[in-house]
Amino acid sequence: MIGYIHSIETFGTVDGPGVRYVVFLQGCPMRCKYCHNPDTWLPENYQKTSTVDEILNDYERYIPFLKNGGLTVTGGEPMMQLEFVTDLFKKAKEKNIHTCLDTSGVTFNPHSEENVTKVNELLKYTDLIMLDIKHIDPVEHIELTKQKNDNILVFARHLSKMNKDTWIRHVVVPGITLNDEYLYKLGEFIGTLSSVKALDVLPYHTMGEVKYENLGIPYPLKGIEGATKEQAKHAREIIMKGFRNNKSNK
Amino acid sequence: MNGEKEWNGFIGGKWQREVNVRNFIQKNYTLYEGDESFLVGPTEATNKLWAQVLDLSKQEREAGGVLDMDTKVVSGITSHSAGYLNKDLEQIVGFQTDKPFKRSLQPYGGIKMAMNACKMNGYEVDSEIVDIFTKYRKTHNQGVFDVYTPEMRAARHAAIITGLPDAYGRGRIIGDYRRVALYGIDNLIEDKKHQLATSLVRMTSKNIRLREELTEQIRALGELKELGSIYGYDISKPASTAKEAIQWTYFGYLAAVKEQNGAAMSFGRTSTFLDIYIERDLQNGLITEVEAQEMIDHLIMKLRLVKFARTPEYNSLFSGDPTWVTESIGGVGIDGRALVTKTSFRYLNTLDNLGTAPEPNLTVLWSKYLPINFKRYCAKMSIKSSSIQYENDDLMRVTHGDDYAIACCVSSMRVGKEMQFFGARANLAKCLLYSINGGIDERLKEQIGPKYQKCEVDADGYLMYDDVMEKFEQMTEWLAGLYVNTLNVIHYMHDKYCYEKIQMALHDRDVKRYFATGIAGLSCVADSLSAIKYAKVKPIKDENGIVVDFEVNGDFPKYGNNDDRVDSIARDLVDSFMDKIRKHHTYRDGVPTMSILTITSNVVYGKKTGNTPDGRKMGEPLAPGANPMHGRDTNGALASLSSVAKLNFRNAQDGISNTFTIIPDALGKDGNMFVMDLADCSNGACQIPNLNDVEDNE
Repeated sequence: MIGYIHSIETFGTVDGPGVRYVVFLQGCPMRCKYCHNPDTWLPENYQKTSTVDEILNDYERYIPFLKNGGLTVTGGEPMMQLEFVTDLFKKAKEKNIHTCLDTSGVTFNPHSEENVTKVNELLKYTDLIMLDIKHIDPVEHIELTKQKNDNILVFARHLSKMNKDTWIRHVVVPGITLNDEYLYKLGEFIGTLSSVKALDVLPYHTMGEVKYENLGIPYPLKGIEGATKEQAKHAREIIMKGFRNNKSNK
Repeated sequence: MNGEKEWNGFIGGKWQREVNVRNFIQKNYTLYEGDESFLVGPTEATNKLWAQVLDLSKQEREAGGVLDMDTKVVSGITSHSAGYLNKDLEQIVGFQTDKPFKRSLQPYGGIKMAMNACKMNGYEVDSEIVDIFTKYRKTHNQGVFDVYTPEMRAARHAAIITGLPDAYGRGRIIGDYRRVALYGIDNLIEDKKHQLATSLVRMTSKNIRLREELTEQIRALGELKELGSIYGYDISKPASTAKEAIQWTYFGYLAAVKEQNGAAMSFGRTSTFLDIYIERDLQNGLITEVEAQEMIDHLIMKLRLVKFARTPEYNSLFSGDPTWVTESIGGVGIDGRALVTKTSFRYLNTLDNLGTAPEPNLTVLWSKYLPINFKRYCAKMSIKSSSIQYENDDLMRVTHGDDYAIACCVSSMRVGKEMQFFGARANLAKCLLYSINGGIDERLKEQIGPKYQKCEVDADGYLMYDDVMEKFEQMTEWLAGLYVNTLNVIHYMHDKYCYEKIQMALHDRDVKRYFATGIAGLSCVADSLSAIKYAKVKPIKDENGIVVDFEVNGDFPKYGNNDDRVDSIARDLVDSFMDKIRKHHTYRDGVPTMSILTITSNVVYGKKTGNTPDGRKMGEPLAPGANPMHGRDTNGALASLSSVAKLNFRNAQDGISNTFTIIPDALGKDGNMFVMDLADCSNGACQIPNLNDVEDNE
């Protein structure tokens, strides 16, 4: 089984607990306006292919650094290569490596029994899911990512039902997601989930812009400034308000 | 040794019968495993003094970098009257000249350098001084150039050997300034007299030199005593309080920086030593924590104000105006007890109390066995200040025991027992070009190296790896010999005309001398050889038949990606060059070592190196130290560090640097998470087998 790899980061510190060995898989169906890795979009633009064993052998070279961290697979959208990630995590768990999946959940298809079975198989070997909810509003979500969010929200509930440790990530973009109404709604939604362990609110930054230039793609957020830490803090407070409100209503 | 009164309350031992600071520390220090909650902020006096310093710094900046220079008085231990910021507020006193921010005149290294330093800053050295040091008193610089061979001059001119301390002070020597506090000057003089009396009297040049030096040392100790009295202290006896211990120690250091404008003037390893005095005074109710911290703050303030007169060329070589007042903190003893005390915390606390600063270069000797609270505090202060350097104690302790300190950025030596002859760098990237061009310099178009056979090309016009390696071997053999011999001249003359009297007075008689060499351009050469081996490299000649550029076809493994194909080339380069260095006679039986740690000068060396086969263009910087070439490490930090870690420390014992910058946000998002991440990561660095000294501070 081979995976189509965009790149490897041996010293990831923002992609899960501790120091992480991060595998960026190639390919993503979303077209998030703020995406800072547009070079991971097209499946055919992979930098290299690797087998599961190759990745785990390489991982082992860094174990002293990673003992309180682990392996994170991100992308792109890692669930585009569902079987590969499953195989990778399965073998990683045999070696007692902490596994973390950083996903948007967009490829989850609750209407396909086959897909649900496969995802459940992956979840069996996944210690932590980092679920990136781009936008709570269905219409705005399409505007922002070119994809619907219904299956994503179902996936979140599915994780909750399976009692799978989950961190929710949300990017704050001025003029798009920096909106108290939406943020509050997002908080209410998270409040319905029982397995969420952390909320990570990230300020949007413009560091990806140069990649668009290099790829010759017009930058969708041209002119929009990065969010400040204060804005991210504010957004977090609003989300938490919605979160608590919903929890206490129950 | 006399000091019963002053040593009251200390646990006795060998240190009372012989000069043995380490024994004193081991018998008396109090390990502290708690957290930083006992620390206190600055006193009003500290704030006032520091505000004054900031104001003077601003004036200095506005004046173009130098506020005042001495042009008349040749600097020596007792050359100036006392200088103060504010005599009433300063707990610890002493400046290099009669006032703060006034740079001293130090012509013994070379009068031209001293004149230039003045001239470039709008001052002029007094003509009488110039006369004396040109007509009557020879300098180190003149001595060196009297002896240099034409080949040495040419190699220096072409910058294949470069940054040599032949016109400036070599530095890198750390006097054991603690001895002044523990023993007082009289005991030290007695000890030196005994050394002289028991030295060989068969007058070989070696014995003559030793006797002359010991006498110079005794004289310097006398001057040091006088320096104390200039500031109103009698330092003939051991220090009896914490304040005296700090002041005595600082006087020792002050004498050194009054005497030497060295390329790195480190302070040593003083925090745990001084803690013993502070702890005694605290126990006896003589001082409070506030007073203890104030004294440390004032000491650090003084170390921040060490200044030298330097030229713009010097500053461009070292990127700025560094003094490298390195102070080593922490580490673990060979008995397994960490050498962490409350004063280790107090030193780092100065970064809060006085704000951050690059000097003194606070260096934590990191071990996986350090107390967790100290690790946490280090990580926290690193995040806040970006001003702490870390070095691998677990690695260096094996060679140097547990009372070594760092000179400059990474050179380790036992305090008072080992010293180093600083030796700058040989430019291996240029050497590779010489082997391709048969010794002709690619920039000057002159025959600089020996006229060996040039590298050949195959039928398609490509360089052949085996051929290049053979020629490169020959050329590095030549370079190593020339380099060591050039350094022999330099250190002979430095000892003769610019001897570090007071620093050596604070050493044992029989010191181990490290003969430091260094290389620049490691990753550039490794990648170049990798390109020749794994891709196809076509040399391009100019109209004179000199190879001046390369056409690289295909991809090749690049150093910095944990790829053994090229990492092994880098490792072999280090091993093989060190072996070649070892073949040569070294001045004063110096033990040869090598460093790979151009932290700033790689930029200057790059300017003087033509196009290289790895695709680097003429003038582009070489990578610093053992770093991968810029942008070529594409698998993240650990892969990059792992490539570095494959280099053999025993063949680069003087230090391997890897400059590694991370923006704080890239190291995790909330402070706590980051603190643990950093502590984990640093631990990992100590646990990876053979991961060498990784230095992440520039």
